[in-house]
Amino acid sequence: MSTHSVADTANTASTTAARPRVEHKYAPEARRSRRINTGLGVLAWIIGIVFCLPALWMLLTSFHSEADAATNPPSLAASLTLDGYRTFFGDGGGASPWPPLLNSLMASLFSTVLVLLLALPAAYALSIRRVRKWTDVMFFFLSTKMLPVVAGLLPVYLFAKNVGMLDNIWLLVILYTSMNLPIAVWMMQSFLADVPVSIIEAAQVDGARLPTVLARVVAPVAAPGIAATSLICFIFSWNELLFARVLTGVRAETAPVYLMSVVTSQGLFLAQLCAASVIVSLPVLAAGFAAQDKLVQGLSLGAVK
Amino acid sequence: MSTSVSTAPSAPAGAPGPATAPKAARTASDRARAWATRAPLLPALVFLVAVTQLPFVATLVISLFDWNSLSPDNRRFAGLSNYASVFTDASLRESVFTTVLLTATVVIVSVVLGMLLALLLDRSFMGRGFVRTLLITPFLLVPVSAALLWKHALYNPEYGLLNGGWAWFMGLFGVSEPAQPDWISDMPLLAVETALIWQWTPFMMLILLAGLQSRPAEILEAARLDGASPWQMFRYLTLPHLRRYLELGILLGSIYIVQNFDAVFTLTAGGLGTANLPYTIYQTFYKAYEYGLASAAGVVVVIGTIVIATFALRVVSSLFSEEANRA
Repeated sequence: MSTHSVADTANTASTTAARPRVEHKYAPEARRSRRINTGLGVLAWIIGIVFCLPALWMLLTSFHSEADAATNPPSLAASLTLDGYRTFFGDGGGASPWPPLLNSLMASLFSTVLVLLLALPAAYALSIRRVRKWTDVMFFFLSTKMLPVVAGLLPVYLFAKNVGMLDNIWLLVILYTSMNLPIAVWMMQSFLADVPVSIIEAAQVDGARLPTVLARVVAPVAAPGIAATSLICFIFSWNELLFARVLTGVRAETAPVYLMSVVTSQGLFLAQLCAASVIVSLPVLAAGFAAQDKLVQGLSLGAVK
Repeated sequence: MSTSVSTAPSAPAGAPGPATAPKAARTASDRARAWATRAPLLPALVFLVAVTQLPFVATLVISLFDWNSLSPDNRRFAGLSNYASVFTDASLRESVFTTVLLTATVVIVSVVLGMLLALLLDRSFMGRGFVRTLLITPFLLVPVSAALLWKHALYNPEYGLLNGGWAWFMGLFGVSEPAQPDWISDMPLLAVETALIWQWTPFMMLILLAGLQSRPAEILEAARLDGASPWQMFRYLTLPHLRRYLELGILLGSIYIVQNFDAVFTLTAGGLGTANLPYTIYQTFYKAYEYGLASAAGVVVVIGTIVIATFALRVVSSLFSEEANRA
């Protein structure tokens, strides 16, 4: 493979020398390929909009009145109102969505903090000051992520019932931490491995102690990665349904579980449901767009950079 | 590949640790230092073993018991009979089939769509970043809200956008009574699959786009100057390069979608032949209180997942060692 690329590079160099004439000769073709390029750009725009249409429709419907939301054909130009949001936030005398939203926030935030506390030292021992057989340890972490959640659900339920932790937000915090820990270890390991060893050694030669090295040398390089890791852990915890559904009741109910209760069998609810979906999805959208650059790396468990 | 020869480069980085010290020179202080190196790792390891491995061991044990929580006094050891039930019970067998079909369809279609979208985005045009954001949005909706959106705002036979849009479109041609199918009852599995494909295509697109952008630019340029057609370049340069990214997308997608609960639970509540294994297990223990049977089904899911996961781990490991060598 390497011999090929050498030859190819040589080839490139020789052709570049003769470039002006070549470009002139193929001018109509260049214009044609530019037109194809513009066409494909327009196509990408159209597909992007069509693909996003359901989400845009949800946003629009959330600002319609219930009557306008449930028409056929759809009323695109109906007047906008905040009624859906008002009803969702309990203006019509319904239940307040704040307890479940706060529960979700608590479960997601606390589990993310716990994940960081556990994953950062672990990643340090897997990247900067490596333990023996560190790749084996990495793959053990990863393999736990592949165990289907549903297989451990019943014992967790029985355990929680026996120790009286059902309907308790801290149980979710623990479970979400274990769900996100492997991802966080993998991501963090790849970010910490980016810190040049020579800088760390230079700092140590200069007499810097470990805390100083961590704060002054490692942290600045790894900070964006740590931030992205936290955002991704936050998203996964916020989205989780199965555990929340089985293990919580009235007190510790999370936002995704609550969202399902907006659907009623009496009367119209579509505008309110769309408003609720927008509100519940907002934190995830914000976190996702903030972490956009590192999203792939997180989702592929650090395998793709 | 020339890279596979050398796994050695990772060793120098690990050299400062005690690992490479001569064995004879091992003293108590060396061992203490080894433990000091290991110490930061232990909390995470212990936590993970306790929370993820122990419950699974418990599942294995429970699966050997005949245990219905409505009659707890009748709990007794039943050997492998729960496993026999899993494979003979018609609804469980059907849900195995549904799981395979659902996972395969969603993964294959979203990989193909994701590939096309990635190819479209892998060129510069005006507003590329914005289009990328539009395409990622479905993936960033909370899964439950995406499923509810499809069920009520799109599929609803009376006022959903699909039927509404169709009625509006046909109205343009003067058709006053267009077909208004009830999407979820008429094609339940397809309805679930479509909603999932919509959410997972961006995931595949992101991974494949990362793969496309990691192609060595000079080789592509050389091929172009040598007169290779776009199709030839795709077939002989891009596709081989993307192979590992495709594998990764397919395997990670399979692992996530095999476990899917949200869409099935929300869209059809497992009815109309859409109950996959996670949903059926949830149903067996949460609604039917058959603890032993649910656990046996859980073990079966785990075994199925291990088969996929073994391949997944191999792919991740090959990408991983490549990264390690490049560094």
